Amino acid sequence: MSEQERFISPDEVRHVARLARLALDDDEVGRMALQLSAILEHVDAVRRLDTADVPPTAHPFPVENVLRSDTETPSLDRETVLSQAPLAENDRFRVPRIMGEAP
Amino acid sequence: MASPAPEFASLAEIAASVRSGGISARALLSQSLGRIRELEGDLHCFNEVTVEVAEADADAVDRMVRSGQDPGPLAGVPVALKDNLCTEGIPTTCSSRILAGWLPPYDATVVSRLRGAGALLVGKTNLDEFAMGSSTENSAFGPTRNPWDTGRVPGGSSGGSAAAVAAGIVPLAFGSDTGGSIRQPAALCGIVGVKPTYGVVSRYGLIAFASSLDQIGPFATTVADAALGLEVVAGHDPMDSTSLERPAPSLLASLAEGVSGLRVGIVEDFLSDGSECGAAVVAAGEALAIAGAKVDQVTIPELLLGLPAYYVIAPAEASSNLSRYDGVRYGLRVDGPDTETMNARTRGEGFGPEVKRRIMMGTYALSAGYYDAYYGQAQKARTVVIRAFEAAYRNFDVLLTPTTPSVAFPFGSKTEDPIEMYMCDLCSIPSSLAGHPAVSVPFALSPERLPIGVQVLAPALGEAVMMRVAASLEAAAPREARGPVTP
Amino acid sequence: MTGYPVNNYETVVGLEVHCELATATKLFCGCRNAFGDEPNTNICPVCLGLPGSLPVINRRAVELALRIGAALNCSPRRSIFHRKNYFYPDMPKDYQISQYDEPINVNGWLELPDGSRVGIERAHMEEDTGKTTHVGGGGRIHEAGYSLVDYNRAGVPLVEIVSRPDIRSAAQARAYVDELRSILVATGASDGRMEEGSLRVDANISVRPLGATEYGTRCEVKNLNSLRSLERAIDYEVQRQIALLESGERVAQETRHFDEGDSTTHAMRSKEEANDYRYFPEPDLTPLVPDAALLAAAAEGIGPMPAERRRRLSGVLGEDSELATRRDGSTDQVVTVVDLGLDELVEGAVAAGADPRLALARAANEAAANPEEARRLDPRAFAALIKMESSGQLSATQSKEVLSELMSQGGDPSQIASRLGYEQMDPAVLASMVDEVIAAHPQEWRRYCDGDEKVAQFLLGQVMRASKGRANGKLVAAAFASRRGSF
Repeated sequence: MSEQERFISPDEVRHVARLARLALDDDEVGRMALQLSAILEHVDAVRRLDTADVPPTAHPFPVENVLRSDTETPSLDRETVLSQAPLAENDRFRVPRIMGEAP
Repeated sequence: MASPAPEFASLAEIAASVRSGGISARALLSQSLGRIRELEGDLHCFNEVTVEVAEADADAVDRMVRSGQDPGPLAGVPVALKDNLCTEGIPTTCSSRILAGWLPPYDATVVSRLRGAGALLVGKTNLDEFAMGSSTENSAFGPTRNPWDTGRVPGGSSGGSAAAVAAGIVPLAFGSDTGGSIRQPAALCGIVGVKPTYGVVSRYGLIAFASSLDQIGPFATTVADAALGLEVVAGHDPMDSTSLERPAPSLLASLAEGVSGLRVGIVEDFLSDGSECGAAVVAAGEALAIAGAKVDQVTIPELLLGLPAYYVIAPAEASSNLSRYDGVRYGLRVDGPDTETMNARTRGEGFGPEVKRRIMMGTYALSAGYYDAYYGQAQKARTVVIRAFEAAYRNFDVLLTPTTPSVAFPFGSKTEDPIEMYMCDLCSIPSSLAGHPAVSVPFALSPERLPIGVQVLAPALGEAVMMRVAASLEAAAPREARGPVTP
Repeated sequence: MTGYPVNNYETVVGLEVHCELATATKLFCGCRNAFGDEPNTNICPVCLGLPGSLPVINRRAVELALRIGAALNCSPRRSIFHRKNYFYPDMPKDYQISQYDEPINVNGWLELPDGSRVGIERAHMEEDTGKTTHVGGGGRIHEAGYSLVDYNRAGVPLVEIVSRPDIRSAAQARAYVDELRSILVATGASDGRMEEGSLRVDANISVRPLGATEYGTRCEVKNLNSLRSLERAIDYEVQRQIALLESGERVAQETRHFDEGDSTTHAMRSKEEANDYRYFPEPDLTPLVPDAALLAAAAEGIGPMPAERRRRLSGVLGEDSELATRRDGSTDQVVTVVDLGLDELVEGAVAAGADPRLALARAANEAAANPEEARRLDPRAFAALIKMESSGQLSATQSKEVLSELMSQGGDPSQIASRLGYEQMDPAVLASMVDEVIAAHPQEWRRYCDGDEKVAQFLLGQVMRASKGRANGKLVAAAFASRRGSF
C-alpha cells in the first residue's frame, strides 16, 4: 500500500475532491488514492519528458479570430428550460442557501 | 456463436430505392424495429428506442416522396445515435444517472443534418458513462453485449452504436471518438468506424468529454456507407468555433481509385510479438502491396508517449467539462442543507466510479503546483507526437496499425485495473492527439472467430486517401470478418 | 491630489473595475444583452451552459475591448481565453471563460483631471455571471433560507480593468472611477450606470509606513455600489489596518465585504482553503489576434478622450495646459464643461468672439442645469448672448434669464432680450432719469461727490426704481461717476 501511495495520499485526495465538489466516503477516498497513484505512476513518463524547446499544443490547427456578428438570435422558451430544473420558483432556479461568497 | 446476418443494401441503394418509391421509409423502419424486438433483450444496444419519432420521420419522408420532393441522400435510412448527442425533446443521458431523463431543448448540428438528409432516428444508443471507457461496462444502465459473442464486450465508449450496426439493426450509426471510442468498438464488432480530422464534423450538441479531442463519426458495415455517412454530417458549422471553415470532404468519388503507388507505413512500435492483431496488420500490408501500394515498416517511438499524455489531457478537460453537472439547472439533484453539500452529494451519487476517477485525475493535473508538471508537460508531449507524425508523413501517405491490441474481451476481465482498460487505446490515441483522421476496417477473424480491425491513419484532412486505402483493404478481407451477424 | 498621511502611514489602493460592454448580444451567443428584462428570458443553450453547447466570440465585444484598451493607452496584443474553474450557482458551466496570462490589453495609464496618472496593468475580456437573490433569513447570504438564480446576465461581455496600486487616497480613488466612467462612456463601450451594475468596483487596499518601499498586506473589498461607498470603504479600511499595525498585529490577507449600513468592512466567511482556479486555455475557442480590421473597427468613431478635451478647452481659453488648482475655480469649470459635453459649445462661442472666461462660466454654471438642452445650443447664438453681457447691454441676471429661454426655445438672444423687456434704454432717457434723481436728492448727491461710496448704492437704487429695473446698473453707475467728475 505504501509504495503506491507515494504519488497521492488520502489527504490530497480529500483536498482534490473538495475542489471537484465530489462527495467521497472514506472507503472511496482510500480506493481513489490507490487508483490515482497507479494512474499517476503510469503517466509519469510525461512528467519526466525533456521538453526544453517544445511549445505546448492547445489546438491541433493554428486557426485564429473565429468570431460572430453582434446580431440577436432567438432565446429559449423559459417554460421549456425551467421544466427541466430540479427546483424552480418565481421563474428562477432555486437552490439551497449558499454558504460561501462569490469569488 | 454468432452467424452471419443478411447484408444491408448500401446506403446509396436504400436512399435511391426510397426516393424512387421502390420501398417506403415505413417499411425500412419496420425491419429495424423488428430486429430490435428480436435482439434488443439480449444485446441492450439502446438507452431509448424512439419509435414514435422514427415513425414520424418515416411518414415525413414518404410524404415528400409522394409529392415529388427529394428527402435527401439518406432518405429512409434508419439511424442510431450515441446517447451523448443532443436530440431535442428526446432523453439524452450519456448513460449517466446524473442526466437520467434529461430532455435537451435543442438538436445537435449533426442530428439536424442527418434528419435533414431524410434519415430516421431509431434510437439513442448505450455508451460508457460520459464516453469514458473502452467496453461500455461503465454505463449506469447496464452494458451492451457484443453480437459476435454475448459474453464479451462490444468495446467502448460507443458500444451501443457499434453493436446496433454489427447486429444488423441499423445500417448506419454515429458515435463519438476521443481516444478511440469509435474505432475500437468498430474493430471489436467487425464493422467500419471513422474518426474524422478534428474540426471536420461540428461538435455543437455533442456532450463534451475532452474538448480538444472529441469528434463525431459514423459506423457502417462498409467503407462506402461510412464515407457517405461522414459526407452528410461533415462541413463547417458557425456554432462550433473549432469547426474548420471547409465544406464536407468528398470521399465517395475517389473511393475506388485504388492504392497503386501509395506509400504505406506499418508502425512497428504497435506490433507486439505474436499478437493476432499485429499479424492482421502485417497481412493487411501484404494485401495492399499486392494491390500496388509501396509498403514498408516504420518506427515512430514518440507515438508511445501518446497514452500517458492523453490520460492527463483528456481527464483535465473532462474535469472542467463535467463541472456543470451540479444539480442546479437540470439532471439529478440530491438535496443538502446548503448548495455546496447539494452539489457534492449530487455528483457523488450521480457519477459512476470511472467518471469520478477521471474528474479527480483531471482536477489534480490542473491544480496549483501540479499544472506545469502534468497538464503543461502533456501539452508539450502532444507537440512531440504531432512532430513525429509530420516527419513520418514526409515519407508515407498513410500509416497502418492495429486498431486496438486485443479482440473483444469477456465482461469483467479488465475492470479490476483501470490501466489495463486504458491500454485498449494505445494505438488509437496518437491520431486523436494530433487531430488526424483514422478509420478501422474489419480485416480478419481471430482463432476464436472474433473480429480484428486494422487501423489506417492519414495526415490532417487526408480522409480521401485514407478511405481509398480502407476500401482496398475491405476488398481484400474475407467476408466472414465483417458483420452484420446474428448473436 | 496626493494622499494625506494618516498617522504617518501611506494609503495604497488598486482598483478592479468590471465594465459591462454595450453590445446588442452576449459575449458567446446571440441572446440579448439587456438590463431589467423578465428573469430567464434571455437564455439559450450556450449561455445556460447546457450539455453540448459551445461558445463563439462576439466580434463587437472584441472591438469595444480594444477600444477601451486604446482609450487607456494600453498596448493591444494577441490573446487567448482561459477557463477559470470554480463552483457557484450563478455560473452555468461552473467555470468562467476569462483571460489569464495572455490578456488583450496591457500596460496603459489613466490621467486624472488634476494631471496625476494611475497605471493600468491590464484590461481583459470575460463573461459575466447570472444573478442570485437570497430569500429568507437576515441580510447576509449565508443566513438566507435559499437562493434564486436568474441567468439573463450570464454571458454578458465584461472588460475587467485592473489598475496598478498607484492610488493614494479615497478622493483619488473616487476621481479615478469618475474619470474611468467618463472615458468608458465617451468610447461608447459602456453606458456607465453603476446603479444598474454596468460598472462594478472592487478595491485592493493596504497601508505602509511613510517612506517604506515594500507594499503592506492588502485586503480586497467588495460590494461597493457607489462612489460614496468606495470612499467610505477606503477610509474605514485604512483606519482598521493602521489600528492593527499600531497595536502590533498583522493585517490578514483576506476578502472583505463592505456593509452599506454602517460603512464598515468585515471579513467574508470563506471556505477553508482559498480558491484554486485551475486555469487552462479554453479549448473551445481560438486565439484573438488584433488584426488591421479589428483595430480599425475599434478606432472608428471615437472622439478624443476627456483628458484631451480638457486640454483643448483650456488651450482655447488661453489657460496654460497645467491644470493646477486655480483660485478663480476655472479648472473645476473646465472639468464640468467637458464632463457634460459642452466643450464644443464653449469653443465655438469663443471662436465667434465671446469672452472665454464668461462663456466658460455661463456654460459650467447655468447651461449645466440642463445639459441636454445646452448641447443643442447654437454656439453663435450663445456667443452673441455672452457679448451682450460683457458689453454691459445685459446684466448678469438678465443674461441668465435670456440663456434659460434660449436653451428651451432657441431663437435669437437680442430678440429674446427685447421680448423680456431687457432692451437697452434710450441713453437720453437714462441721462434724464439720472439728472432727475440728482435734483431730487441734493444732500445725497453732495455726499457722493465728497467720496461717500455707500450713498452711490442709494442713488443707483433710485434710478433703478424709476426705470422699473430696466436700467443697466453699470451704465447708471458710469453716468453718476462722469457727472461727479465734471462737477
